[in-house]
Amino acid sequence: MASYKPVAVLPFPRLGEKVTQDTLYWKGYKTPVQIKEFGAVNKIDFSPVPPHNYAVTASSRIHIYGRYSQEPIKTFSRFKDAAYCATYRDDGKLLVAGSEEGNVRLFDIGGRAALRQFDGHTKAAHVVDFLSDKYRIFSGADDYTSKLWDIPSSSEIVSYSEHTDYVRCGCTSKLNADLFVTGSYDHTVKVFDARTEKSALTIEHGHPVESVLLFPSGGLLVSAGGRYVKVWDILKGGYLLVSLKNHHKTVTCLCLSSSGQRLLSGSLDRHVKIYSTTSYKVVHSFDYAASILSLALAPEDETIIVGMTNGVLNVRHRKHEENKERIPKKRHPAYRTFVKGRNYMPKQEDFFVSKPVRNHLKKYDKLLKSFQVSKALDAVLEVPIRVYTPEITVAVMQELSRRGTLKNALAGRDEKQLGTLLTFLTRHVVEPRFAPVLINVAEMIIDIYLSVAGQSAVVDKQFMRLQEVIEKEIDYQGELLETLGMMDALFATMTSKKVTSLENKSNGISKVVEQDTRN
Amino acid sequence: MVVQEQLRVVRCGGSKLNGSRAVFSADAKYLLCASGDYVKVYSTATEECIHILQGHTNLVTGIQLNPQNHLQTFVVGYKIFAFYSLAGSDDSGFVIIPKNNEEASDSFQLVLVRLTKAPGQEVETKELSLILDDIDHSPKCTAFGREGEYVASVRGLHLSVYFFKKKMTHRFPLSARTVKGANNYFTCVACHPKEDCIASGHKDGKIRLWRNFTHNKEYTFSAMHWHHNAVMDLAFTVEGTNLLSGGLESVLVQWRDGSESKKEFLPRLGSTIEHISVSPDGTLCCTSHAENKITIIQSNLRVSAVIQGLVKGSSVKTGLVVDPRTKALVLNGKPGHLQFFCLQSDKQLYNLDIVQQEYIHQAGLSQTDLVKAAFSAQGNWLATVEQRQEKESDLELQMKLWAYDEQMQSFKLNTRINMPHEDHLTALCFRDTDGVEDGIPTLVTAAKDGRFKVWVFMDESDTDKQSVGWICDFVGSYHNYQANNCCFSEDGSLLAVSFEEIVTVWDSETWDLKCTFCHPPGKIWSLCFGRLICSKYLLGTTDHGFLCCWNLLSCALEWSAQLGVIVLQPDPLSENIAAVSCISEDSDLFVFRPNEPRPLCIQRKVCRGKVQCAVFIPRNVPEAVGSEKYQWLSRSQLYFLTAMQELMTFSTKSPEVRLTPSSKQLAVEESLPMTPFYLLLGKHREQQQLKKDADIGKAVVHSHSAQSSPAVKELLHTPAHVLPSAAFLCSTFINTLLISKENKSNGEVADEVEMESEKAEDESDEDIDHTATEEDPKLTELWGEMTPKLSKSQEKELRKIRKTDYSWISAL
Repeated sequence: MASYKPVAVLPFPRLGEKVTQDTLYWKGYKTPVQIKEFGAVNKIDFSPVPPHNYAVTASSRIHIYGRYSQEPIKTFSRFKDAAYCATYRDDGKLLVAGSEEGNVRLFDIGGRAALRQFDGHTKAAHVVDFLSDKYRIFSGADDYTSKLWDIPSSSEIVSYSEHTDYVRCGCTSKLNADLFVTGSYDHTVKVFDARTEKSALTIEHGHPVESVLLFPSGGLLVSAGGRYVKVWDILKGGYLLVSLKNHHKTVTCLCLSSSGQRLLSGSLDRHVKIYSTTSYKVVHSFDYAASILSLALAPEDETIIVGMTNGVLNVRHRKHEENKERIPKKRHPAYRTFVKGRNYMPKQEDFFVSKPVRNHLKKYDKLLKSFQVSKALDAVLEVPIRVYTPEITVAVMQELSRRGTLKNALAGRDEKQLGTLLTFLTRHVVEPRFAPVLINVAEMIIDIYLSVAGQSAVVDKQFMRLQEVIEKEIDYQGELLETLGMMDALFATMTSKKVTSLENKSNGISKVVEQDTRN
Repeated sequence: MVVQEQLRVVRCGGSKLNGSRAVFSADAKYLLCASGDYVKVYSTATEECIHILQGHTNLVTGIQLNPQNHLQTFVVGYKIFAFYSLAGSDDSGFVIIPKNNEEASDSFQLVLVRLTKAPGQEVETKELSLILDDIDHSPKCTAFGREGEYVASVRGLHLSVYFFKKKMTHRFPLSARTVKGANNYFTCVACHPKEDCIASGHKDGKIRLWRNFTHNKEYTFSAMHWHHNAVMDLAFTVEGTNLLSGGLESVLVQWRDGSESKKEFLPRLGSTIEHISVSPDGTLCCTSHAENKITIIQSNLRVSAVIQGLVKGSSVKTGLVVDPRTKALVLNGKPGHLQFFCLQSDKQLYNLDIVQQEYIHQAGLSQTDLVKAAFSAQGNWLATVEQRQEKESDLELQMKLWAYDEQMQSFKLNTRINMPHEDHLTALCFRDTDGVEDGIPTLVTAAKDGRFKVWVFMDESDTDKQSVGWICDFVGSYHNYQANNCCFSEDGSLLAVSFEEIVTVWDSETWDLKCTFCHPPGKIWSLCFGRLICSKYLLGTTDHGFLCCWNLLSCALEWSAQLGVIVLQPDPLSENIAAVSCISEDSDLFVFRPNEPRPLCIQRKVCRGKVQCAVFIPRNVPEAVGSEKYQWLSRSQLYFLTAMQELMTFSTKSPEVRLTPSSKQLAVEESLPMTPFYLLLGKHREQQQLKKDADIGKAVVHSHSAQSSPAVKELLHTPAHVLPSAAFLCSTFINTLLISKENKSNGEVADEVEMESEKAEDESDEDIDHTATEEDPKLTELWGEMTPKLSKSQEKELRKIRKTDYSWISAL
C-alpha cells in the first residue's frame, strides 16, 4: 500500500556560483601570503627543478624565494635600472634577465655576478627566454627588434626587426629548439624560426599584445592583449580558434595549469580567470586587491603566485589532505555489525531477496504523519532548521495550510514561541519565494492574537517591527514599479521604428495588426 | 451478402465496481462484484476478471450467495434495492422495494418473498408480506441478526428492530443534536453474527454498539469514536470478534472485541471506503472505494490484492490524452494522480503520482488538482500542471516535466517549475520534433495572464553546470489579451495562439508574429491545424458556435459554419477532424476534412448533454470497415466522455461481435497464481489429461508421467533452501518433460529430432517438418503393403504412431 509521502520541500536554485569540480579544486588553497616587493612585479618564474624556487622580478632586483619562505633566499641586484623577465633555464641552473638599459644578463643560480652580458638592444629588453636547446637565448626589446644570442660565445646570432612597435612578450617552443614567438604593441604576434631570416607566421591580434603562450603540444598559441584572450591554431596557419572577452580591462599575463587542462589569465581589472581549454568557458575566477601584472603556477598547481602593480606578491599554497587524516577517526563498534555481509559477493546461482527499504522520516514528517500539527510546527521552528533551512519551515507551514490546520498550529502559543514566530516572519516575509505563504501566516497570527494585543511589550514590539518591514517593502516595490514603468517608456521609444505592418489582405475577416514589440 | 453497417455509440470499459458490496464466494477464491449491468467475477489471488455474469438489463444493485447452495448466487437488479436471504429459510428471501411500487416514491419497505424453486435463471414471485415499513433504500441500512431472529434497520434518527418470533418492532430514537454538536444520523448498521448486538454507524463518525435491545426501555449502547467523518460502512467478521469500519478518511479500522481501546488501522487505502464485506471463511475482507477500486485485505490487515477500474473523478480536468508509447488513455485518476488506462484490456495499467503530496482525506479541504497533461509526439516527455486555489488571491501553480525512463519503464520527474504563469494555464502543447533535425524538445504554455511561454529542454550535462532541465525561452503576448489556446502545426514550424477573439500565428524558429486571424465577435475556444494534405488549414471554433477554417497560404478565411461546435479533435493519423456540436440537448458528431465541402460522416444524437472531451486513439491493427462512410474509423477510434462521465466510443460492429470472449481464456482452474513454473507444469498436466482421455480403452497408456518422475518429485518436495541451484536442476527437469524413448516406434529418428529441438528452440518448426517427412513414407508403406489385413501388433504400433503427441514441441 502507498506509504506516507513526506513534505515536499521546494528546492530553490542557490544564488551565487554553483559548486563544480573546478570551484572545489581552485578553492583548495590556503589563505594567501603577501610579500611586499620594491616595485611592480613584472615577472614570476618557477624553477623547473625541485624544490621549485621562484624568481620574482620587481624594480631593479631579482629575488629568489623558496617555496614556503617569505624572505628571499637570494637576490640579484646589480641592475642600474629596472630588471625584466628573469627566467630559469630548463635545468634550473641558469637565469636570464633583461634590463631597462637594453642589455641581457645571464646569471648562475649559485653566483652573484652575471656570467654573460649580451649587449645589442638599444632600448629596454622586456622579454628574454631560453630556447629549448639550452644554448641560445632570445630577447625582445623596445627598439622593435628581437634577437637571438649564443651563450657560449656570448654573441648575437640573428636579429629580427619586423615588428613596428615595442616587443613586450614572447615565448619559446618546448618541442622545437628553433621556434619562438614574440608579441608586440603593433598588434601582431609573430612566429620566428631561428633558421630563417624572416618570420614564419604573423597573426593579427587586434590589440597591443601583452602576453603570448604556446601550448605544450606547440599547436595552439594563446595571445592576450586589450580585453581579449585569443587562441590560435598555428598548425592551420594562424586560424582563430576562439576569442575570449571575460575581463573588463587589459589582460596582462597568461599561464597554463600543470595539467594543461586550464588556462589562467590575469588582468588589470584585478581578476584571474580560469578557463577550461576544452570548452573555453570560465570555470573559476580569483579576485585580488590590485591590478595584476604577472602570474605563475608552481608545478602540480601547488602554488599560485600573483604579482601586482602595487608591488605586492600574493602567494597561495594548496591545502593538503593529510591535515584531515590527522583527525582520529571515531570507530563505532556497531559499524562491524552494520556492514556484516555487505561485502559478500553473490554467486551466479544465488537468488536475491532484498530487504524492504525503510524510509526514514524527518521529525516534522513523523509528527505530521500522526497529525500533531502544533508539534510539527515547533519542530521546524527549532534553531538549526529555522536559521539554516528556512525553506523547510515554510514548506511545513504550507503543508499545514493545505491540511487546513495552520490556524490550530499557530494558536495557543506563549510569549516566547510567538516571539520566535514573529522573528522568523520579520526576517523572511519579504523574500519573494516565501512571501505567499508567510503573508498568509502573518494574517493568521494577527487574527488569532488580536484579542491579546498589548499584554506583552516584547510581542508588541515585534509586531511593530513586522509592520515596519512590510511598509518598507511596499515602498520599495512601488519604487521598482516606477523604474519599470520608466524603462518600458524608454524601450517603447527605442523599438517604435521596428514596427512592421504586414501586407494588407483585402478580405474582411483577416485584419492586419501591427506587431506589438513591447512584450 | 453485405450487411449494411451501422455506426453505433457503445459504452466502453471502466464501469463502476463500487456500486454495491462485493461478495466473496464460499471458499474466498472468487469475488463477485456488481459492475453496471453485469456481475464480474474476479479471482482474489490474481486480481484477474475470470468471467462476467450477464442477464440483467439494468443496474445490478445487489448480490447474495445462496446460504443453502454455495455455488449459487442471487443477483438483483434495479427497482429491487437490496436482497437478503437467511440460512434458516431456504424458500424465502427479503427484498427492499419502493412503497406501492412507485418509482418516485421516497419511502421503501422491506418485504418477505417466497422463492419458488424454478429451473431457470430468473425467479418470479408474487407472494409478498410486509416486514418493515418506511426504511432506507440502501442495503447498508438494514441488517439481519443472529440466526435470522431479528432484523435491524436504520433511517434518519431511528433504529428499528423487528423480531420474527415475537412479530413486533422496537424503535430506538436518538436526539437530533446533543450538547457537543454531534450529528446522530444513522448511516449504516451491522449485526453481530453470534451475539445479540447491533453496531450502527453515524454521520459524525461515531459507532454505537446496541445491546439488550429486546427490551424497549432497558436497552444499552456504548459509543466508539475514531472517524471524524461519517461512517460509511460497518462489518463484523465471521466470528464476530472484530468490527470493521471505514469512511472518508480511507482508513480501515478494526475494533477488537468491540472495545474502543483495542483498535487497529490500515491507513492510506486511497480514497473513501464505501463498502466493506467479509469472506465467509474469515480469511479475507474487501473494501470498495470511491475511486472505483476494490482492495482485498487479509485478516491480519495486510493488502493482498487490488482490483482497479477506471477512476472517475467528479470532473476530468486534463481531458482525454493518449500516451503515444502505450496507446493508453490518460486522464485524471485518483487525487493527484494520472491514470494510464488500457482500453483494449479494460484495465488500468498504472497510476503516475504527479502531485507527490500526502493526501488528506477530509471534507472541505481544497486539494491540489491536476489540471493539464500533455505528451510529446514520441511520448518521451510528459508535461503536467497542478494547481490549488484556496482563496481568490493565492493561487499555487506548478508545472512538472517528466522524462520517460527506459530502464524504469516509467516517467521520471525532470523539472519542476513553480508558478510558470501568474494566472491559470489554459493550454499547453509540445512541438512535434520528429521531422526536425536535432530538434530540441519544445513546450508552449498559454495562460490567462495574457502570455504564452516557450519552454525548451537544455541539456548541459556535458558542461560544468551538469544541469538537464527545461528553461523558458520566449515569452509572447498580444495586447495583453488572455491566451486561450495554443497549437503547433504538424511539422512544428508554426505556432497558433488564440488571444480571446484573435488567432495569432508565430514562426517557431524566430518567434516572430506572422499573421493574425479573427472571426468577430466570438472568442476563439479551440484551435487545431490540419494534417497531411490539409496542413495549410487552421481551424478554430468560436464561442458563438462558428467553426472557421483559415487558409494559411492565402491568409484568408476558407469557410465557416455555425454548428455550435464544442469539441474539435484532429485524428493524428489522417486528415480527418472530428467536431462535436451541441445545439440543443443532444450532442452531434461531424467528421470532416478541411479541404472537402461535405463532411465524411454525421451522427446525430450521440449522447445526451454536452460531450466533455474527445480523443482519437490509434488502433494497433487497422480495422476493416466495409462502408466508405465509416472509413475514418479504420485507423483510429474516437473516444469521448459524456456529461455523465461515461466513456463512449463509436463502433460499426454488431453487439454480438464486440463481446469477444477474451475474458473466458482466463478461467484458471483452482485460481492458482500464474507463475511461469505453474504454466509449464500445468500445461503439461493438461496435455496429459487430454491424452489420457483420448487413450481410454487403449492398451498402451503412458506410464511415464512427468509428475511421477522421481526427479520432479524430488524437486517439488525438497524445501527450497536446500535445493541445488536452478541451473543445475534445469537439465534433469527438462528431460522429464520429454517423451521417453520406449513409447516411440520410430525411435531413433524421432529421438534425434528431440535432441536437436532441445538444443535450439527456433529450429523446432523445421523439426516438425522433418519428422513429418520422415514418418509419411513409412506410413504409406505400411498402408500399401497390408491394406486388407493387419496383425494386431502392427495395428497397435500404427495407432501408437498416430497418437504420439508432438505438441511438446510447441510447448517448448
